[in-house]
Amino acid sequence: MTTLWQSMLIALRALRVNKMRALLTMLGIIIGIAAVIAMVAIGSGASKMISDQIASIGSNLLLVIPGSTTSGGLRTGSGGTPTLTYDDAKAIRAECPSVAEVAPTVRGSAQVVFGNQNWSTIVMGTTSDMLTVRDWPLVSGRNISPSDVDGAIKNCIIGQTVAENLFGSADPIGKIIRIKKIPFTVIGMLEHKGQSPQGQDQDDVIYIPLTTAQRKVFGSQFPNSVGAMMIQAKDADVLKKAEEEVTALLDQRHRIGPSRERDFTVRNLSEILAVSEQSSKVMSILLGAVASISLIVGGIGIMNIMLVSVTERTREIGIRMAIGAKQRDILLQFLTEAVLLTTVGGIIGMGVGVIGAMVVSKLMNWPTLISSTAIVIAFAFSAGVGVFFGFYPARKAASLNPIDALRYE
Amino acid sequence: MDDVVKVTDVTKVYTMGDQRVEALKGISFSVRRGEFVAIMGASGSGKSTCMNMLGCLDVPTSGEYRLEDVNVGKLAGNELAEIRNRKIGFVFQGFNLLARTTARENVELPLVYARIPAAERREKAIAALAQVGLAGREDHYSNQLSGGQQQRVAIARALVNDPAIIMADEPTGNLDSKTSVEIMSIFQQLNRRGITILMVTHEPDIAAYTGRHLIFRDGLIISDTPNANPQVAEASREERI
Repeated sequence: MTTLWQSMLIALRALRVNKMRALLTMLGIIIGIAAVIAMVAIGSGASKMISDQIASIGSNLLLVIPGSTTSGGLRTGSGGTPTLTYDDAKAIRAECPSVAEVAPTVRGSAQVVFGNQNWSTIVMGTTSDMLTVRDWPLVSGRNISPSDVDGAIKNCIIGQTVAENLFGSADPIGKIIRIKKIPFTVIGMLEHKGQSPQGQDQDDVIYIPLTTAQRKVFGSQFPNSVGAMMIQAKDADVLKKAEEEVTALLDQRHRIGPSRERDFTVRNLSEILAVSEQSSKVMSILLGAVASISLIVGGIGIMNIMLVSVTERTREIGIRMAIGAKQRDILLQFLTEAVLLTTVGGIIGMGVGVIGAMVVSKLMNWPTLISSTAIVIAFAFSAGVGVFFGFYPARKAASLNPIDALRYE
Repeated sequence: MDDVVKVTDVTKVYTMGDQRVEALKGISFSVRRGEFVAIMGASGSGKSTCMNMLGCLDVPTSGEYRLEDVNVGKLAGNELAEIRNRKIGFVFQGFNLLARTTARENVELPLVYARIPAAERREKAIAALAQVGLAGREDHYSNQLSGGQQQRVAIARALVNDPAIIMADEPTGNLDSKTSVEIMSIFQQLNRRGITILMVTHEPDIAAYTGRHLIFRDGLIISDTPNANPQVAEASREERI
């Protein structure tokens, strides 16, 4: 321990003698570590943003959309015909044990009017399960109730964007708005949700009871049909099982067999979004990898300077050896010097990197996430660079012959 | 007999490319505790090779070198380093102090490698500097000292570990004659206290201060004569210890 401390003191003294050189040598490591920290912060900020958006959709979700049908030899695209019904939704809810909630939807856009304000938005007919499925609480008022759906009542709950555009800062609860000229009572206002992963404003929406939408607002060529269903599994473990149960039940209800093409599609939403999260993680690893190349370049700079330093101090090494320094003492001295250079550079680099990441997130409005893991790894890595690139020069110093070293001019 | 150094039939052969150079062709001598010996000879006579070997910087090709009854010629690098640290004090022609380092820190250096705690190091270094007349100069940097003072710091460094023997390689070679006498005066005082000193020199008037002359030529000792009446180096007033 005393030896290590002693070599620290010797190394500090040696670095103090050549301040400018030490600083320039450290610069390589400073830039390298700063780049790694900043890049990883930016990359993991991006993947945090994506995973937040994923969470905003709701968790453990399946999406059932109508599939294509063939009529007269012509096949429609996916979602082309309304093959799903409200009864399908009720059946799934009742018969699939792994399913917690089912929210069938009918969706269209409509002009909405309140007083002298009007606004074009998405109107979605759904059931009371919707807010649970989407994990979306209300700021005020109440949710659509089962009796609203049963009675096709003209009640609605509105998103923040709609509220702002129609009511400004006034309280919308209890007000009457007109959707496609039909009067609706606002019974609830949703919390702010933000953008979807596709960049849509999720707050620009009005929810109304499913039956009201089917019968009164959009009408429908097939009565009782729904556009899509969002299904929430009981938990993540049974998501796959829920998918199978829903598929099996719908196959049975729609009489799908070898001769009949399946007229619906079940999609695992979480899976799709997990892929995009994965790709952003890969991106941040890639950024980190590119940045660490500069660390390696910095390490080579350290090795270069250490080699020069060993040659310059050959005589000093000779004196130390004549006086009784063992090879290990000399090795430790130069290795400590290299590690000290890189760790001090690493600490400065961390500061620069953290500040850089904060500046980026401020100026470019880009979320950055500085993780303590990244900082610990960067620190360990900078010390490792010192050991790796300092070892060769240190060994060269330690293996000098004392007689030759003493005679060196 | 209390022999500090006992050299028996030692040879040293260097091979440079395909050329074989016999630097030492079989020398035998011993040095008793408390002697002050001058090793003399022209350059290429083998005296430097002998000095490197005696100083445990090198090992003989054949023959035996015993330092305080330890057969040093058989030891490996790290063991030699330990012998150098504990039993040998070096004084070089070019002083060989560490630059930008204080006198005290220079003197402490052998103690650092002997793993002696800081407080004890400091105490011993201050005592050694006082012995060579540099009390009060402990915190001067080596480049702030004159040549004679630097050499005295080097002598203090050689002394500080209580070595069996001090090896001085032309210690006055870089000094003017007045300063040389001062250095010889310090060596004589140390020798009077019982410290064994081996000194390489090619100047007869410096050798005259020692008690025995070993003369090398062509890798052999051609004369080994005691100096019954060594000259006394008169230290100038201010340098008196």
